[in-house]
Amino acid sequence: MRDGLHSYLRQRHRVRLWELLPWLLAIGAFFVFPDYMAFGTQVLITVMFALSLDLILGYAGVITLGHAAYFGIGAYTAGMVSAHLHWTEPLSALAAAALCAGGIGAISGLILMRYHGLTLLMLTLATAIMLHELANVYEDVTGGFDGLLGIKFEPLLGLFPYDLWGHTHYWYALGVLLLMFVIARCIVYSPFGQSLVGIRENVQRMHAIGAPVYQRLVIIYAISAAMAGAAGGLFAQSNAFVTLEVLSFYRSGTILIMLILGGVGRLYGAFVGALIYMLLEDQLAKLSPEFWEFGVGLVLVLTVLFARDGLLGLVSRTGRVHS
Amino acid sequence: MTIPALDISGLNKNFGALQVARDIDFRLEKGARHALIGPNGAGKTTLVNLITGALQPTSGAIRLDGVDITRMGQAERSQRGLARTFQINQLFSGLTVLENIGLAIAERTGISRSLFRPLGRRQDLIDEALQRLRDLRLQDVALKRINELAYGQQRLVEIAIALGQQPKVLVLDEPSAGVPTSESQLILDRINGLSDTISVLMIEHDMDMVFRFAERITVLVDGGILVQGTPREIAADERVRAVYLGEAHD
Amino acid sequence: MWNALISIVFDGLAYAMILFIISVGLSVTMGLMGFVNLAHGVFAMAGGYLVVSLMSHVGVGFLPALAVAAVGVALASVLLEHVFYAPLYKATELDQVLLSIGLVLMATAAFTYGFGPAPVSIRPPEFLSGQIDLGFRRFPTYRCFMIAMGLLMAAALWLGFERTLIGAKVRAAVDNRRMAESIGVNVDRLFKLVFALGSGLAALGGGLAVDIWGLSPNFAIQYLVLVLIVVAVGGLGSIKGTFIAALVLGVMDNGGKYLWPEGGAFFIYAVTVAILLIRPDGLFGKGSG
Repeated sequence: MRDGLHSYLRQRHRVRLWELLPWLLAIGAFFVFPDYMAFGTQVLITVMFALSLDLILGYAGVITLGHAAYFGIGAYTAGMVSAHLHWTEPLSALAAAALCAGGIGAISGLILMRYHGLTLLMLTLATAIMLHELANVYEDVTGGFDGLLGIKFEPLLGLFPYDLWGHTHYWYALGVLLLMFVIARCIVYSPFGQSLVGIRENVQRMHAIGAPVYQRLVIIYAISAAMAGAAGGLFAQSNAFVTLEVLSFYRSGTILIMLILGGVGRLYGAFVGALIYMLLEDQLAKLSPEFWEFGVGLVLVLTVLFARDGLLGLVSRTGRVHS
Repeated sequence: MTIPALDISGLNKNFGALQVARDIDFRLEKGARHALIGPNGAGKTTLVNLITGALQPTSGAIRLDGVDITRMGQAERSQRGLARTFQINQLFSGLTVLENIGLAIAERTGISRSLFRPLGRRQDLIDEALQRLRDLRLQDVALKRINELAYGQQRLVEIAIALGQQPKVLVLDEPSAGVPTSESQLILDRINGLSDTISVLMIEHDMDMVFRFAERITVLVDGGILVQGTPREIAADERVRAVYLGEAHD
Repeated sequence: MWNALISIVFDGLAYAMILFIISVGLSVTMGLMGFVNLAHGVFAMAGGYLVVSLMSHVGVGFLPALAVAAVGVALASVLLEHVFYAPLYKATELDQVLLSIGLVLMATAAFTYGFGPAPVSIRPPEFLSGQIDLGFRRFPTYRCFMIAMGLLMAAALWLGFERTLIGAKVRAAVDNRRMAESIGVNVDRLFKLVFALGSGLAALGGGLAVDIWGLSPNFAIQYLVLVLIVVAVGGLGSIKGTFIAALVLGVMDNGGKYLWPEGGAFFIYAVTVAILLIRPDGLFGKGSG
């Protein structure tokens, strides 16, 4: 009995075969769709951003409408480091972006994690908007509405120059995503990650069994912010351009929608949701923006009413039914 | 006279003009089997919340094993060996029974702080969780999700989680609440099987359970202690009968 | 200088009254059911478009159009509540947020499709145009009308809440739902009533706002945050709270934009954050005071 239990628990965190699939697909895409690598890079960046949101939303249960704030901080950090300080080494700039976002995430987390429910929702929303307004006001620093220009980076590791087709950036983003994912996966299956699930499921009980809830939430919030910042940094580096849009409610809202559609709390939901949303948006929004917007809204409503666990939830439910 | 497991002195709690706890002086001895009874609205759950730290008292002090815990929050009291169960199950409903207990054990042993080394590799944690489940005869449902269990079994999981904290003091808030009479015997058996190292305070309405469990009973009325004594003394006390008879009339 | 200040305050008042009329419904429904409804602005938008259509296509006058729009949207909201909201009363906050965001997107797209993306406008009737002389100064008539409407609605709601039986039931249910149910209040039915009333008011506010704020299919999203912060700052379920929050934020937003055109909006968000940090339940919310 003990061995059966033990192997069940051990299996939970073992890497399963199908987990290689998204990575193989990502690698394969490079060879099958070499002309779409610029788009591919943006998909990978969005997946990373969605993954960061999943850590706090899917695992800790913190609802935020302002996560773009950290994405934007990362983007502007990486951008300004190059444009204003003329620092052109990309990896260190990316690290700076993640650290900045993570640091500000830690500070804001210390304040925000004392609140919950509608209050927290409003606080995250309001602080993100404040940041957006500030960035708008200080346009000599951020480039304001027109955007931050003059972002340039040296070749990656001094070896890989950037090409017009975005190939180098694709592998760069894929590498960073893999690193982020490994970290996220490690956290999620750790005892710390399990305690986050406990906080999400029943915070009152967690208090009663002696868990330092506030401290845990601040930690994961900071980690999540750092990851969002890394995604933002990559955004700045791959686009060589940053506008206020990176801080917008639109970005916070769409990343939330993507994650929900893919499936919250499943890590891979970020992959599925971001990929499918961006693919569809790329194809359909051009045809008719209204129909696209309506469609997204409709799918969201239907998802909440009938398929709460998102696409991955549907998949696992049919899987369970068949087995 | 040894240090009591729990020592409450002069405890008061008001919500504005409403006084819900009134000058409470109460001792829970080590290894005690102590029941707290009283009519509805007497303030029993309020007292539990004051003891566990979910509520802060207006005045008075609480000592756990000699240490003043009055200013401490729930989590800190928990870490010092105070565990409670809730009147209405507070379980992690999406998780399995094993995971439920596992969380409590992980918190106690400090494993929960670790961001690395997956749960599945923690041999000691799994072994201990299994042992707790065996103590309560729950090992067969270890891998079931909470929402797949009968209410009575869920109630046992509620207790198992508290036991996973290896408490010095265990406060049970109406453990048989919501459980059909056929299953409440099972719960009582498990409670009676608990080790002497744990001091147990049980709040209950089920008089049958109270008299089969308690070595000492405290009667709470209107936020204050009416009388304390052995089960026989309490059963014979006129005032207690009046309070309960009065309730039966309503 | 005084003149400018009076103008700012006056315009701010008019702005605040519209905010109040639109937001009060959301405050009460959220206080009553705890349902996070980000789609509330859709009712205001629908009201605005209905008034525009009635006036331009059917030739109805402004005031009658307002009345019809309010009633029409109120009725439509009953259906909406039954189909989309009712299933989610016990659901998590996240689900409610997501559902309402989905509805906003659908509505925005539908209105863009139906009315086009360009802003629409109306011509208020003669007797509401121009300026009136209030003795010490002349003020735009329409804005005076808005302030009057706002005060009228506030008074009517206050009377309704404080002096009628239904109002008492609503207050009881907001305060402690379970207790209210145990004394026989049918909270579900009460909620539908309050929801319809709130939506109708939002429609009224939307119709009134067309001339001042303009109306485009983006309205619901554009004013979503503003309405939310009025409700959050005022405190859920409190008419007085919504009124005061609308006043403070309305005058401040107006003033802020006037004094600091590039970043004026910053102030109301800063104030919101400051208030929520100190009083998380809002100025007059349940947990506070």
